[in-house]
Amino acid sequence: MRALTWHGTHDVRVDTVDDPEIVNPRDAIIKITSTAICGSDLHLYDGVIPGCKPGDILGHEFMGEVVETGPKSTLQKGQRVVVPFTISCGGCFHCKVEQFSACENSNPAEKQDMSAVLYGQPMAGLFGYSHLTGGYSGGQAEYVRVPFSDIGPIVVPDHLDDDKVLFLSDILPTGWMAAENADIQPDDTVAVWGCGPVGLFAIQSALAMGAAKVIAIDHFPHRLELARSLGAETINFRESHVLDALMEMSGGIGVDAVIDAVGMEAHGFAFDNMMEVAKQKIGIGADRAHVLRQAIMAVRFGGKVSIPGVYGGLTDKFPTGALMEKGIQIKSGQTHVQKYTKPLLEKIENGSFDTTFLISHRLPLEDAARGYKCFKEEQDSWTKVILKPGMAA
Amino acid sequence: MASHNDKGSGSGSGFGTAAGIGLALGAAALGTFLAARPKREWQGDDAPGFTARRSFGKYDVVGRTVTIRKPRPELFAFWRDFQNLPKVMENVDSIRTSGDGRSIWTIRAPAGRTVEVETEIAREIDGELIAWRSVEGSEIDTEGRVTFEDAPGERGTRVGLIIAYDPPGGEIGRLIAKAFMREPAMQARHDLKRLKMLMETGEIATSARRKDETRAAQQHSGQETT
Ligand SMILES: NC(=O)c1ccc[n+]([C@@H]2O[C@H](COP(=O)([O-])OP(=O)(O)OC[C@H]3O[C@@H](n4cnc5c(N)ncnc54)[C@H](O)[C@@H]3O)[C@@H](O)[C@H]2O)c1
Ligand SMILES: [Zn+2]
Ligand SMILES: [Zn+2]
Repeated sequence: MRALTWHGTHDVRVDTVDDPEIVNPRDAIIKITSTAICGSDLHLYDGVIPGCKPGDILGHEFMGEVVETGPKSTLQKGQRVVVPFTISCGGCFHCKVEQFSACENSNPAEKQDMSAVLYGQPMAGLFGYSHLTGGYSGGQAEYVRVPFSDIGPIVVPDHLDDDKVLFLSDILPTGWMAAENADIQPDDTVAVWGCGPVGLFAIQSALAMGAAKVIAIDHFPHRLELARSLGAETINFRESHVLDALMEMSGGIGVDAVIDAVGMEAHGFAFDNMMEVAKQKIGIGADRAHVLRQAIMAVRFGGKVSIPGVYGGLTDKFPTGALMEKGIQIKSGQTHVQKYTKPLLEKIENGSFDTTFLISHRLPLEDAARGYKCFKEEQDSWTKVILKPGMAA
Repeated sequence: MASHNDKGSGSGSGFGTAAGIGLALGAAALGTFLAARPKREWQGDDAPGFTARRSFGKYDVVGRTVTIRKPRPELFAFWRDFQNLPKVMENVDSIRTSGDGRSIWTIRAPAGRTVEVETEIAREIDGELIAWRSVEGSEIDTEGRVTFEDAPGERGTRVGLIIAYDPPGGEIGRLIAKAFMREPAMQARHDLKRLKMLMETGEIATSARRKDETRAAQQHSGQETT
């Protein structure tokens, strides 16, 4: 089959590789109809997440048709399914308490050590996201092997086309959980850093949860325009001082809740950020935590901090004083996708959520490398790329 | 894992494996052992002995605990049938048991070679504990025990594995060090994780895209896995 494979920093290619097979009893094989490139994929593309090996198939946002099932799968051939990017067994403690992205059994035993050293306990398995999270082949391919297919995939009705439901695999639940983690109350003023797909869905969700005001922060005019179209006010960090602006726009109190939908590759020429750009360049496993620092400074005393943006290592000059003295609450994490797919599918079906407004490009799988390059270098206009293995190149 | 920073300080103490395990298991026992040495008085805590910073004479001791969401009797029964263990113990090719409680463990070594260890059951408490030790004249001097304890609430069972062994020398030693004991702590950890997977999910997680790419398949065909 054809698949998008990682070969090194800024080097991804569409190669011919062996088709996947049923390996374990609960597996299914999915023929991909649509798969997206995520901001998380850019961290791999930029080489700032460790543990990728040449030839690894990327992609964790995908959907398609069931073409083969293992003896213990509950799926049936021909079903259309969207697959969560988190691989979850359904039987461990974390799965039972719906913390699916912390599943204890999906990352192969011998792959757990690296993340256990980094984080104290091992990460769960994720599709197409380095050997830190299992080294599973991802879905930017014609076919994918889906383990625990009785737990993850959600069957979607035929009348909803791919564009509408694909994002149930990651960014829609991620935006929703980001807002949920900000514990939004009706009077709240909420600030969201990053108007990429995750930030945009977080804005949409925060407003749906009744936030009084949402302030979106980015530097790309078109992305800020999309945020405004959802009902957010905006701050362009190249035009205005973010902290000053947020203090004023929250009436001098500080914002009630902050959402960091940027993560470890913040843009901008702030001093802390440039230091960390340099560290990442020379290969020190450092996160660029500029946005998180700013968010902690911007949040009011007793406020709420939600971190959907991905960080992977360590950072310096963290505002521990503000963190403690302000009495804030922090929630973070890879999304517990399986917990949200059903309720969010309902919102798509009854029309209360539009998921298609941020799609900017649909490309054949063969053009995937160009998709990565443009999504990385022309972020303003390339807001979300969908790859279609079936589309003529 | 247990760090043996002061390793070597207690060599030649002449303790048998059984003593090694006793020491590893309980802080109290460890205290007695260390009290004989004037260096530093044992300050006493409730941590498992195998997490101690101190060493256990000539024996290396590794230990690990996992929580498995299954009832204690089910897990005990699985382990008690030693022939089940190669399913989760990657370096153990087979375990043959004979009627008298003895078992012969065939352990894989490089270049297609194997090493055999004969063990006997040293102690057994139904549903709680199984202990085994190598018999006199065995190629490796080792002893192990697995304990089963109810975890709080609905969380299942805490399974604790402790293995003590005398790091072997000579030709055999080199083989085993390569095959099995290069990183025994890591091996124990992975084996227990695989046990947990098998019991909680009915299968052992692999990211292999094809059947011939699983670790088990590659091990049998003699290929190195990553
Ligand atoms: N928690 C999860 O499960 C999960 C899931 C998906 C994505 N993510 C993460 O969420 C983050 C965003 O993903 P995305 O797909 O939207 O990515 P993206 O790269 O498309 O968007 C990031 C946006 O942040 C903006 N930005 C950069 N620096 C900024 C700054 N200093 N201030 C304000 N905005 C700034 C960029 O201009 C861009 O528009 C990534 O870190 C991604 O890895 C997490
Ligand atoms: Zn994603
Ligand atoms: Zn699980």
